[in-house]
Amino acid sequence: MSINRRTVVKAIATGGALIGASVLMPKIAFAAWSKDAFQAKEQTAAMNALFSSAALEESAEVTLKAPDIAENGAVVPVTVTSTLSGVESMSIFIEGNPSPLAAEFIIPAGTKADVSTRVRMGKTTKVTAVVKANGKLYSAAKEVKVTIGGCGG
Amino acid sequence: MAKDIMKVKAKASGGNTVVKMMAKHIMESGQRKDGKTGELIPALFLQTLTVKLADKVVFEANFGPAVSKNPYIAFSFEGGASGEEMVIDWIESSGKTGTETAAIK
Repeated sequence: MSINRRTVVKAIATGGALIGASVLMPKIAFAAWSKDAFQAKEQTAAMNALFSSAALEESAEVTLKAPDIAENGAVVPVTVTSTLSGVESMSIFIEGNPSPLAAEFIIPAGTKADVSTRVRMGKTTKVTAVVKANGKLYSAAKEVKVTIGGCGG
Repeated sequence: MAKDIMKVKAKASGGNTVVKMMAKHIMESGQRKDGKTGELIPALFLQTLTVKLADKVVFEANFGPAVSKNPYIAFSFEGGASGEEMVIDWIESSGKTGTETAAIK
């Protein structure tokens, strides 16, 4: 009899823990800083780690604003905007950097898909903006020249 | 309490709030070498920034070390009124965290 009672109690306790975990999990997944993605040395690997896919679709509805020539690679202003609906996140990848993923922005409903920031670029390379909307990935890319000498050439 | 690192300008107009903010942070990339010892300076950067208004997350950023020193971000969201207070939480790669507030103008 007492054993029975114990198993019942145990079952309830485990069940409770599971419910608790399932309630917490989505929140953690939402806010997590993806270590694998940020430390990936290669752009496709970073995308796979972040989105579990690297299948991008180039879209005119994603706009990446970045200078043609950045005189100072340490501060390159980048703006990503999108006219797509249901935008979930926007990320900036810099192909030639030691770790291509520079930043990821989570866009909750009600927040505009329009974010500006400043990033570092080690050398002249392609900058890619990836917008996740309705579970699909859309992108826009631009080549940014970095003049290390700072003479503006 | 630690010194505030966030500088925030938030302005409400026409039902939207435009936020421009800058964090005072070195954003050490982990790629630089110490001039004297030639050893790599370990990375130290802001990992996440969460902006909330009335307990609702309006913006969230995950940063890598490729974000410039003193990171600047601009974004806008629907809602928000003058006088309301936004709560900004940040987490550094060292595990250090902070919570700061900023009022909407």
